[in-house]
Amino acid sequence: MTSIVAPPSRGSRTSGARSASGSRRRVSPLVYIASVFIALVTLSPVIYAVLGGFRSNGQLAESPAGLPSPWIFTNYISVITSSSFWQYGLNSMIIAAVTTALVVVAGVMAAYPLARYRFKGRQALFNVFVLGLLFPLTVAIIPLFLMVRDLGLTNSYWGVALPQAAFALPMTIVILRPFLMALPNELEEAAMLDGASRIGFFWRILIPLSGPGMVTVGVLAFVASWNGYLLPLLFLNDPALKTLPLGVADFSTQYSADTAGVLAFTSLAIIPALVFFLTMQKRIVSGLQGAVKG
Amino acid sequence: MNPGATDQATAWSVASGPRGRGASSNQWRKRLEITFFVAPALLLFAIFVIVPVLQAGRYSVFNWNGLGPLDNFVGLQNYVQALGDEIFQRAVRNNLTIAFFSIAIQLPIGIMVALLLNRKFRGQTAMRVIVFVPYVLAEVVAGVVWVLILQPNGPLDAVLDTLGLGFIGQVWLGDPSVALWTVMGVLTWKYSGLAIVLLLAGLQGVPEELHEAASIDGATWWQVQRKITIPLLGPTIRTWIFLSLIGSLQLFDMVWILTKGGPVNATVTMATYLINQGTDRQQYGYASAVAILLFCISFILAILYQTLFLNRDAGVDKPRRKKVTR
Repeated sequence: MTSIVAPPSRGSRTSGARSASGSRRRVSPLVYIASVFIALVTLSPVIYAVLGGFRSNGQLAESPAGLPSPWIFTNYISVITSSSFWQYGLNSMIIAAVTTALVVVAGVMAAYPLARYRFKGRQALFNVFVLGLLFPLTVAIIPLFLMVRDLGLTNSYWGVALPQAAFALPMTIVILRPFLMALPNELEEAAMLDGASRIGFFWRILIPLSGPGMVTVGVLAFVASWNGYLLPLLFLNDPALKTLPLGVADFSTQYSADTAGVLAFTSLAIIPALVFFLTMQKRIVSGLQGAVKG
Repeated sequence: MNPGATDQATAWSVASGPRGRGASSNQWRKRLEITFFVAPALLLFAIFVIVPVLQAGRYSVFNWNGLGPLDNFVGLQNYVQALGDEIFQRAVRNNLTIAFFSIAIQLPIGIMVALLLNRKFRGQTAMRVIVFVPYVLAEVVAGVVWVLILQPNGPLDAVLDTLGLGFIGQVWLGDPSVALWTVMGVLTWKYSGLAIVLLLAGLQGVPEELHEAASIDGATWWQVQRKITIPLLGPTIRTWIFLSLIGSLQLFDMVWILTKGGPVNATVTMATYLINQGTDRQQYGYASAVAILLFCISFILAILYQTLFLNRDAGVDKPRRKKVTR
């Protein structure tokens, strides 16, 4: 940076009261035009799916990108009243919940000594987990498939949830470790003076304070499990156990002629994930920033 | 233990000293605690990640269909076969193409949109939510919708016709010369949100004072972004590129739903090739060799990238000055 102070350019307001609120200049209409364009491109597939569910196949064939006229509710009603849709959703929910619980509990327990104990081999142990980031599911999928088969876990929730949790661990530990490291040492000293053991410190202080971090890794694990495809595809053949993505894929091939039905089914599969995400978005983003606001 | 380190462990042992516990029992207790805390994660990780990966290495030197004993040892023949296989070579090329263009397309989009959404305007919060929507949709679900959008005479073609761009129309997913670029487009739609959100988070770390100082110095908005904001985003950008690179090399879900790697292997990736060989043809030995190759390629590129870019001092990049020639 040059240290020459240039005269303020025309139009730049330099009133102290203004600058506190950040760069609140007059927003040019370009910002809004760009925003509308981005929103359209981003959302159009979702809008197409949701609106398409309200149309008949005849309407879809006649004007593929048109609006519903008249609005038809039978597609959605038949999906909502089908037991298979709810079964898929329930399976996804159970598998994602089990995966998330495993990841968060095992992850925060492992991250604690890796963050706040000094011991020989700490870095090595951490590196073992980090190395896991480099092993994609695909590399292990064939042995996993055979192992799950031999353990008799094919067509069970555990057969999907356990490997999913294991593969989500590296990311979880990588996120949680700096998070736990960032908690001030004074906490530990205070706990120690009050006669708490390290385990007591973990339970009473660390866990309550690492809520935001745990929510972040939990949400990431949940979303990954909810959206997962490869493991359910290979491990779940029983229609009663299939997850929502599998259900959508199956439904779309089985009823490929019924575009409107597929769109209705897909839209209903999208909605829960979107709602969940929208409520969690702030937590994810703040977690990404590693913001510790205890 | 490094003596003299003023860490909690020593603090705790000092504190418990007067309470009549010796240092050695303390050491022992500490080990027990560490074991207790790490055990669940390590067990899960060992059983479901490390063992299968090692197994893949073992299977890869046998010719095996998953049934019966592993007795047909073929050494490195599977690797030789894969490396010489035209479809596998194509898969590697496709993966590298996807990795390159993912970064080349999504990074500018990510930076532009993040800068846009970093300004204060009405509807900014809603926009921040909207841009992340594709990223959280399941690949499969999004893929099913895109297949319908891209079908011949489907909504995309209809929209293009309406805009008078009908001549652009293609058999988007059915034409071998176009399919990979179509997939690329869908991937751009799907994953740009991650870049945007990560960069936005990075922008929160750029102090407002810098902007103010620069604008008082008479810098235009563009100059501020170019000289201050984007250089400060360096670490975020490098981290995102790393994630994007690894993700591109391991791409499976979206391609499987959109094209199954077709038409005529135009969009085959290492992962779709592997799954095809393994599950459809029961070539477990050969597919394992492909898996190990996929890992090696990811690993080499990751290490290369780490040493080239990530091992710089984490912190603020110096804005580029004139090179000092020595």
